[in-house]
Amino acid sequence: MSETEVKTNPQGDPITSVAPAPSASKKDPHGEAKRQRVVTPEYMFHEAPRTKEFITGSEAAKEAVRRSNVDLAIAYPITPQSETMQLVGVLYGEGYVKEYYRGEEEVGVMAAIAGGSRSGVRCYTATAGPGTLRGLEGIASWPGHRLPAVAMFTCRVVNAPLAIQPDNIEVSYLLNCGMIVFHAENQQDMFDFTMAGFTISEKNDVTLPVGVCCDGFFVTHARGYVRMQDRGIKLPPREAWRGAVPVLDAENPPARLSRDAPVQKSNFMAYNIHAVWQQEVWAAVERSRKYIDRYMGGLLTAENVDDAEVLIIASGSAAAQSREAVRLCKEKGMKVGLIKVRSLRPFPTKELRQLCGKAKLIVVPEFNYVGWLAKEVATAIYGFSNAKIIGGPRVYGGQSMPVELIVDEVESGVSGKKSTNVAMSQIMGGVNPDEVAHFMRSI
Amino acid sequence: MAKRFNIRMAGVGGQGVVTGSHILSTAVINAGGESTIVPFYGSEKRMAPVESYVRVSDEPIYEIGEITFPHIIIIFHPQVITHGKSYTMPFYFGLKEDGIALINNDGPMNLHRDQAAELKERRVKLYYFPATKMSLEVAGMDLATNMALMGCIGAITGLTNMVGLDQAVKDRFLGKGFVVSGGTAALDSVVERKFKKKQELIDKNVAVMRAGWNYAVDHGWAAPDVKRAEEPVVTETATATA
Repeated sequence: MSETEVKTNPQGDPITSVAPAPSASKKDPHGEAKRQRVVTPEYMFHEAPRTKEFITGSEAAKEAVRRSNVDLAIAYPITPQSETMQLVGVLYGEGYVKEYYRGEEEVGVMAAIAGGSRSGVRCYTATAGPGTLRGLEGIASWPGHRLPAVAMFTCRVVNAPLAIQPDNIEVSYLLNCGMIVFHAENQQDMFDFTMAGFTISEKNDVTLPVGVCCDGFFVTHARGYVRMQDRGIKLPPREAWRGAVPVLDAENPPARLSRDAPVQKSNFMAYNIHAVWQQEVWAAVERSRKYIDRYMGGLLTAENVDDAEVLIIASGSAAAQSREAVRLCKEKGMKVGLIKVRSLRPFPTKELRQLCGKAKLIVVPEFNYVGWLAKEVATAIYGFSNAKIIGGPRVYGGQSMPVELIVDEVESGVSGKKSTNVAMSQIMGGVNPDEVAHFMRSI
Repeated sequence: MAKRFNIRMAGVGGQGVVTGSHILSTAVINAGGESTIVPFYGSEKRMAPVESYVRVSDEPIYEIGEITFPHIIIIFHPQVITHGKSYTMPFYFGLKEDGIALINNDGPMNLHRDQAAELKERRVKLYYFPATKMSLEVAGMDLATNMALMGCIGAITGLTNMVGLDQAVKDRFLGKGFVVSGGTAALDSVVERKFKKKQELIDKNVAVMRAGWNYAVDHGWAAPDVKRAEEPVVTETATATA
């Protein structure tokens, strides 16, 4: 590069803002990134020594990307996660990410991630709330096209009245796409799930996108302890040549993009193809279970559940609040177990059936209005548990859930007293069949 | 059982509610405890409502977000109560039974009889503490009101000590990693002058804090085993180990 030549990003913007000062001209700004050593996922996740740092959730995602050998990252920053993609931009300046640009909006970003993934490179993006829904057209098509990628969703309010605070209702829209969906409780989960996400996403018998969700500000903008491997090591690159789907080649269309082009005329064969295709997507979701067990240590974590008659089942920030509720209940002399669901797709159905068999009361606190987790839990354990399920308490619009509300539900559930915070329609079980019918109507 | 206090601080812009909560939080961590802080405010202007939520404990804290049901509330300014300058109305909303309300006022306030009755029903301990007056008397300025309150609450919770608080004030004003040593003389005169000014500021703040601490002990508000901080905390010894 001659001295007058200005280094630019693909859109022609000078990248001096992220590049080191000219005084460091002798030093290669990408030097450290080039010296990164590839290690196996097994070493990375299970053996590599880790050191503890106190960082934000956005920084945790950045550090995960640094160690994940990412080829392409596309940013369309939307609050509250704008910092994440900005930080990934810094990684691009340092050479850890090979290509990076700002999209014009989420429809374009998600389409470009599809193109990037189809051409065989490892892709990463992040969005939040309204951005997720705007990009959902593209996101919903990724699994069917068998595109490995990792997208981070830092949930915020999407329903009216709009706000920028965390409310995880958008997760419910992602659950039916056919993608793998994880729900992070804290900064450590953001780090671990993102890295494991790349590895699981690209397994040949999976070949699906992975969504890593968290509850916006609570995780992205707050600091927490994160144990991380040395930044000198990274995951192996994506090896698209050995992938289940051939990479994009104009002469050799790798995947059928629409069902019966060009006229969209349907017939029995066309419907049959669609059925087979979708069955295969969801079968791939099922096949990812073994990798989630291997690299993340399971689809859920269970604490204090042995012989517990009362269980709290939660995901995301609700799991953090529930952990404190368990402590408060212990101080009141109640033994309460906690199950934290980490993977929503695939859902830990088998594990829950096993753990909830003896439970008499299950409380499912959530940070959204509709209670998608309570419905998932009720569906999963139906017929395998006689527990009364309280689908609440719930907070929405970004409110922090007071731990005391969860304790209240445990107490009223145990004593049979009517809850003041949870509507009857959110309660299932007990001996009254009318209640069950009422609940089933309401879901 | 874990010692755990969820503290909601309410005051008005310019009083250092957020700074105070940072210092308390750091002081508890300095003393080997655990703490998290969540500030909450609208547009940043003087006399506008400010809230800050501090959790302190001797065990890990997982909980996030605002505190709706605090064990302790600290009211930095009587206008929080009289003018309703607060995100939480009435000021004691959600305060747990047997909770503590530490109010900066020169003597008991005339609360509305319904509110007074409700506070009594919850067996709330009302501590009226003349923090601003103390700040003026000890430091000659009202800006250390927050320090008086933090010294007081430090003694009430018993989860930190004067050394931890002293160190937290230094961390705040000198920035982390600033080492005060015998090598001060080696610093050039500009830095030294600046340092002297800051040292004076720190000394005054710590003096107010200690007065607040002792006020709590003298009035029987402090946690068991918490004693008066009689001798001035010697700054050199406190920082030499930093």
